[in-house]
Amino acid sequence: MAVPVVTAPPRQAPPDRERRNRLWAVLAAPGILWLAAFFLFPLYVVLCIVFGQIDPLFRTPIPVWNPLQWDATQFTYVLSHIVGENGVYGPAILRTFIYVLVASALCLLIAFPVSYYVARLSGKRKGLLLALLIAPFWISYMMRMFAWVNLLQDDGLFNKVLSLGGFFTPDVKWLTGQPVVVILGLVYGYVPYMILPLYAGLDRLSQPMLEASRDLGADRLSSFWRVTLPLCRPTMVAALLLTCLPMLGDYFTNDMLSASPKTTMVGNLINDGVQAPGQTGQAGAFVMLVFLIALLPMLYYLRSVTRGSEVSS
Amino acid sequence: MRGPVAWWNNPWRPPRFLIAITVGYLLWSLLPVLIAVLYSFNAGRSRTTWQGFSTRWYWGDQTLSVWHNDALHTALLQTLKLGLITTLITVPLGTLFAIGIDRWRGRLPNGANFLMLLSFVLPEVLLAVALLFVITTVAVPIDLGTTAQVVGLVTFQVSYPAVLVRARLATIGPQYEEAAMDLGASPLGALRRIIVPMLMPAIFASTVLVFADVIDDFVLVRYLSGDASTEPVSVKIYNTARAAPTPALNALATLLLAAALAAVVIGFLIYRYMTRSDTTTRDRGIGAFAGEV
Repeated sequence: MAVPVVTAPPRQAPPDRERRNRLWAVLAAPGILWLAAFFLFPLYVVLCIVFGQIDPLFRTPIPVWNPLQWDATQFTYVLSHIVGENGVYGPAILRTFIYVLVASALCLLIAFPVSYYVARLSGKRKGLLLALLIAPFWISYMMRMFAWVNLLQDDGLFNKVLSLGGFFTPDVKWLTGQPVVVILGLVYGYVPYMILPLYAGLDRLSQPMLEASRDLGADRLSSFWRVTLPLCRPTMVAALLLTCLPMLGDYFTNDMLSASPKTTMVGNLINDGVQAPGQTGQAGAFVMLVFLIALLPMLYYLRSVTRGSEVSS
Repeated sequence: MRGPVAWWNNPWRPPRFLIAITVGYLLWSLLPVLIAVLYSFNAGRSRTTWQGFSTRWYWGDQTLSVWHNDALHTALLQTLKLGLITTLITVPLGTLFAIGIDRWRGRLPNGANFLMLLSFVLPEVLLAVALLFVITTVAVPIDLGTTAQVVGLVTFQVSYPAVLVRARLATIGPQYEEAAMDLGASPLGALRRIIVPMLMPAIFASTVLVFADVIDDFVLVRYLSGDASTEPVSVKIYNTARAAPTPALNALATLLLAAALAAVVIGFLIYRYMTRSDTTTRDRGIGAFAGEV
């Protein structure tokens, strides 16, 4: 008698690591190629132009592709004109640092109390307040600057309010080279970018930790000083970087609210160089300079972000 | 009697100081824009003196209004065109990139991820100048104008969907996909039938965010615009703000504002509907939608 032999169904091998890796690689490929072509390559082109030549006749830049033939004339030209007797760029760079420092300090002074209140104390009004905080985020930057151009005109509402009651007539031309106006414009423009991350950080703050500090005898001030602040220091640093980095390349706030060489920033140097023939290499050198200045903060920010996501996941 | 010490120690004391700062900040941040919107309805040419209500600067004026002036409505159409095309390219590109990078282990994907995050924080003006150099000095088949603007905007925005989708993938976890594959689905099938539907809220949110961000963009679109016909609204505002414009410019800016806010509000309502039964996003509210990851 024949015993029916039941053969086990052929076991399907699970798709091996190699084959699945290939699938993920195919999915990621378009994005990687795009970033390589339109992000990495342009940065290399900037290098080739900065260390390249200038056509003597047409004043157009000639990029030099081989790094071994790079010529640092244009870059050293820019560097040698920052300090010393030829230091035409020095004041603008120094001014950029001062403006960015003052503006981001003011941003933090405004953003911290506001996001603290909305995140921790606003109760049932939280949704509405958060929507209002986010609103400037979706209003075009140019529109918000334009609104201030209207207000700060010589016959604008701001001067009208100041001269209300006729106590004194202000004769300040707000829109021609007033550093205060430029700094306040920067604060106005970038403070929403600081409020959002700060709000997120304060919202996640551990409530049991704060209760523990009160239970252990800290009063309100010292529990704020010794628990809340240290806990949100990483968020504060990240928020500061998120506002500082775009400010470093900002030229339009300045153009809209001042349009005067008295308040020129590095961004304006880049913008002027891009538009002037023969100065492309110098504009590229400034781009590189800003990139190098911004590189450390950027890396620090990326490290803090990736580490944060590793902890939470 | 309640002295100042009792007042200070009262834990139920309303935080008046913080309320004052918050209200003051909100007024300061929103009133100037509201005033600019108000003056777009001014009957006269002035942007500083109120001369009565009219819709003259939207369509009433035969030559200068947004509706009748070629330069103004070209700018508005260009803005919306850039927003649509860029969003259509950016969102699939970023989503696939995020899924691939999330699973693919190795040095190359790590480098690509770093590059993507770098493009997220790089000052925009640097990318704009670099792309302008590429187009003007290297023989590439891209001309300044809409194509160049779209290329630049996609590069700058692609990190938005990528970051949002990766964050969502982290909250979903591997268990659903593993269950599907234990039940016989191929990796691609599990991706298509399990993961992509679960990712839909994040994909949708990034669509809205990218669109609203692109139509507000200024730096990239200005450097990469070819001529006046490819200059969108933000560039128009920049070019004419200091040159005695009429309230038609306010009207143009108001229309842009309305487009962005409508996209975000409608998007948020749809997003809430999509995530109505999802416990991981319920308590995040509007914050989850604003790219807070």
